[in-house]
Amino acid sequence: MTLAWTAIRLGTVLVYLFMFAPVAVVMLLSFNANQFGSFPMEGLSLRWFVELIQNDAIVRAFQTSLVLGALTSVISTSMGVLAALAMVRYDFPGKRLISTALIAPILVPEVVLAVALLLFLRFLDVPRSFFLLLMGHVIFTLPFVVLVVQARLVGIRRDYEEAALSLGANAVQTFREITLPLMLPAVLAGMLFSFTISFDDITGTLFWKPGGVETVPTQIFAMLRNSISPEINALGTVMVVFTVALPLLGAALARRLSARMTGR
Amino acid sequence: MTAITSRLAGFDRRPWVLLSPALLSVTLLLVIPALFIVVYSFWLRTATGADQVTFSLANWREVLTDPFYRDILIQTLRIAALSTITCALVGYIPAYYIAYAPTRHKTLLLVLLMLPFWVSYIIRTMSWINILGVSGAVNSALLWAGLIDEPIQMLYNEATVILGLVHFLLPFMILNIYVSLDGIDRSLTDAARSLGCTGWQAFKEVTLPLSVPGLAAGSLLCFVLGAGTYITPMVLGGPGDAMFANLVFEAIVTQLNWPLGSALSLLLLALLSALVLVYSRFLGIDQIAKSFR
Repeated sequence: MTLAWTAIRLGTVLVYLFMFAPVAVVMLLSFNANQFGSFPMEGLSLRWFVELIQNDAIVRAFQTSLVLGALTSVISTSMGVLAALAMVRYDFPGKRLISTALIAPILVPEVVLAVALLLFLRFLDVPRSFFLLLMGHVIFTLPFVVLVVQARLVGIRRDYEEAALSLGANAVQTFREITLPLMLPAVLAGMLFSFTISFDDITGTLFWKPGGVETVPTQIFAMLRNSISPEINALGTVMVVFTVALPLLGAALARRLSARMTGR
Repeated sequence: MTAITSRLAGFDRRPWVLLSPALLSVTLLLVIPALFIVVYSFWLRTATGADQVTFSLANWREVLTDPFYRDILIQTLRIAALSTITCALVGYIPAYYIAYAPTRHKTLLLVLLMLPFWVSYIIRTMSWINILGVSGAVNSALLWAGLIDEPIQMLYNEATVILGLVHFLLPFMILNIYVSLDGIDRSLTDAARSLGCTGWQAFKEVTLPLSVPGLAAGSLLCFVLGAGTYITPMVLGGPGDAMFANLVFEAIVTQLNWPLGSALSLLLLALLSALVLVYSRFLGIDQIAKSFR
């Protein structure tokens, strides 16, 4: 029995190593002083990060990704929260069908989603634009927001809202004073989720992006075509820190929020 | 007043008002565009590169009969299947450990499991170049140890494509298996043990069958995501390792042959949807949503 557990534990460690070692290597190599950015390491240096900041194309890609991610997260979270409210709080005919429709964008392979949207806009004679990119990211992140917010909403008891209603608050007041504060962690989670998904997306983005516009992932992809330069590793490190630190920060914030609320 | 009348009519408008932005978006950005792929797939591309509005089965004939497409389709399904099976075999171990091990680190392990979802797909994919590339970690170590005289070319073949996919898909599989293992009533295995089962028998007869929904949900997710990718083969594969989505990308983005690209993406969609339908017929799509809780 203990032997079996030892084996299972060893297997688990190996699988986790497999998941994290390559990314750890990217981060390690980004501090490499060696001019080819490869092994063996020849000491630590921040030169690749300095080169990143001096590279206009990369800085522009970073700005594009940030704006795109922020807009995507606001739009898709607003829609997703409303939809999740309807799904959790109301019963109505055709609910199953609606539920499937809401998560349809992740049931369809992203490539097909990308082609479909592109063709439709081509039919309407709209050229590829930042707007198309934004719409693509919104529709692709919507299901994740709906699923995450729905999962959190189920845990918020209806009683609080009913109490407010019976004490004379109207529906809008109840939403503003009771439901919204209670589901704030869920809203934050949805925003973070859609932001990072948008920030990381490459499959659809390569189809949708207008010529000359790059996001961080497509920029990395374009740079990979030449050769793997230490700059890519540095960019990867920045991105990892960004997309990992942000959710951790968000989780901490959400915990503080809910602690404050239950503390009352 | 309006609330009363609408309730009298037996119809509550409120959920539909809440749903309308999301449903409108899905309709405009997914449902209608999807219909357009169908229409486009019957059009033709003229020699000048313009689209010709017509009803032609030429694209479909090409896509369905040309052995070039058939071979890549088979290759795609093979790569996706091998990746999925590897994920299931490899992923069961940590899922089981997190669900059952007497460990204080359960939360940490779960948080770590979520971490790869936050690390960019392109970075995780390209990280293997640093490991297996000519000047990567493995070659450097072997050279240093004197086991080889010059670097071995390990990248850019089907095996590395599968490796990259497994690396990308594994967290989905582990999470799904964990969710279903975690939901199993512990007293069932205790009962099996007290009735004389060995630990292995209890696992084989009780735990494993009860975790099938999680395994199936994870496998579906891995297969569909794996079969629809074109980035991994582009980054980690050789010229002969193109997958079906690469053909779509090639047709639409490089050759601008929209009608052919439409037919190709519809074929991919049809195959993967058939799989999703079979799955939801037997197991229900809700299992996948469970891992979000």
